[in-house]
Amino acid sequence: MKKTVPQAIQPGQKAAAKKSLGARFWEQRYLFLLLLPALVWVILICYAPMTGLYMAFINYTPKGNGYFADMASATFVGLDWFKYFFSTDFMKIMRNTLATSLLTLLFSFPLPIILAICLNEVRSNKMKKFVQTASYLPYFISWVIAANIFITFLSADGVINNLLAAVGLSDEQILFFQHGPYFWWIIAIANAWKVLGYNAIIYLAAISGISQDMYEAADVDGATRLQKIWYITLPALKPTIIILLILAIGGVLNTGFEQQLLMANDSILDYSDVLDTYAYRYGLKNGMYSYGTAVGLFKSAVSFILVMGANSLSKKFDDDNSALF
Amino acid sequence: MKSTNTVYKRKRPVSDIVLDIFKVLFLTLVVILCVYPFWNIFIVSINDATDAIRGGLYFLPRKLSFASYKDILTRSTFLHSILVTVARTAVGTPLAVLVTTALAYVLSRKELLWKKPITLLFIFTMYFGGGLVPYYMVLKNLGMLNNFIVFIFPNLVSVYNMILVRNYIEGMPDALFEAAKIDGANDLLIFFRLVLPLSKPIIMTIALFVAIMHWNSWFDAYLYTNSQNLKVMQSILVEILNQYQTTGANQAANRTGQGITPDSIRMAATMVATIPIIMVYPFIQKYFVKGIMLGSVKS
Repeated sequence: MKKTVPQAIQPGQKAAAKKSLGARFWEQRYLFLLLLPALVWVILICYAPMTGLYMAFINYTPKGNGYFADMASATFVGLDWFKYFFSTDFMKIMRNTLATSLLTLLFSFPLPIILAICLNEVRSNKMKKFVQTASYLPYFISWVIAANIFITFLSADGVINNLLAAVGLSDEQILFFQHGPYFWWIIAIANAWKVLGYNAIIYLAAISGISQDMYEAADVDGATRLQKIWYITLPALKPTIIILLILAIGGVLNTGFEQQLLMANDSILDYSDVLDTYAYRYGLKNGMYSYGTAVGLFKSAVSFILVMGANSLSKKFDDDNSALF
Repeated sequence: MKSTNTVYKRKRPVSDIVLDIFKVLFLTLVVILCVYPFWNIFIVSINDATDAIRGGLYFLPRKLSFASYKDILTRSTFLHSILVTVARTAVGTPLAVLVTTALAYVLSRKELLWKKPITLLFIFTMYFGGGLVPYYMVLKNLGMLNNFIVFIFPNLVSVYNMILVRNYIEGMPDALFEAAKIDGANDLLIFFRLVLPLSKPIIMTIALFVAIMHWNSWFDAYLYTNSQNLKVMQSILVEILNQYQTTGANQAANRTGQGITPDSIRMAATMVATIPIIMVYPFIQKYFVKGIMLGSVKS
């Protein structure tokens, strides 16, 4: 039965391969019909804006003659916008961007691994499910609500200040949103809080794929649970850890956007401003379209190089399938 | 020999005890950090606003009052914004699921012409884009600014979701499609009659992802619309939040009237936006975990 089916189809397939391109396209016309909406979407939403990257090299002002006509009539300025960025705010913006994202990584990278391992050690299924359910609640709420919560809790008479006073750690109210460097920590903790449970699921999936035989063999050898975690679970998680690390490195310049816009205030702008908010403020709010585009292009190009670099690096380090593509 | 072995097995090593203590502490902390903020906001929102200014509300409300909810749910701007959010979720979700699933099905077919370049065309957009300013200009020139369509069209496809669905469809047996072909079904018929019903679990997953995204988004409304008619619910929340930040809590608390304060309005509005999410949570959860697991297996 199993053998006759492919044999019956093979002659037909061979004939199909000999058909002309036009005939094969006609055969697949319905497939392309299904593809059409997504194709229109990708061209208009993803590739049309890429043509606008040209704005980074000109002095663009919208004159209302249409997208391409306005770009064609603007004066070419070469790399002037980039030079301007590097000679003015570059250092400050990069410091804020990297500080925020590295602090985010500090929390959001190890914590989900620890959470997944702890969850795996919980014997009661009900308990496990309860903790898991609680842990990804923050993932589903909007940044507006998250910002609301953080601003309320960190306010002068908020829960955190009261808690600090109650345990005697601080005798005066801390104005968390008035100290620049505090803001990096707040964003980092908020980012980690939102993705903790979500990222733990990925590690839990990887842990559930580990063969029980290994743990049983370790039991026979008299291994402690800590030893089993260290010598079996963590090595088994290595490919997952590498993939998520690649993604994290590729996203190192994506420090968030909504978080900063919602939680920052003008008094700490020198610390809260990251690449995205900076490009937005100059590019759209202040109408310096070309400058905003140039800063955005700088960010996209560096991110792209980082992802590609991290991916090829992981291919070299590891012969498992830990590379992304 | 045998006796020492059993003694060793019965006695728990110190490291295991430390591990257990750490585990309990860590998990308790996670639960508190993830749940308590919502509980706190909730009890403040249902407490009498004038009474709440005294502070000290941590675990239970002191003096019940739903005045803030009554106030916010009778404001026509807020009600209208809820309507806009519901409309974009109700229209945007099924359309996005349909277009994304169709794309996933097409890209899963082995015989597709130019399969590799077409796939790359979509994958590439995950790693590179034009950036905010050119994107804004394109939307402007397409006439999408200040138009309801700006909530729908840009969100029709998510390449990440597409990969989840594609992996799912690729897991279906080839013989299924071949049998349908032999029976004379064309690709459209196969998609609508075979692929869509068979992919229900993954379709539910991405539908929930998209619906939550629509429910939570405010940034597109903020950037691409300025008409009062297109304000989404989260935008109203942003306005309330900004007011709070500029006036400060103390000043805001002073302007009390009829048992409500700007602060209590903020808490109530936050809960109105959060409660629907918590209510669909049990459903989301089931599909959501499955979806991530599917995606993490092969992506």
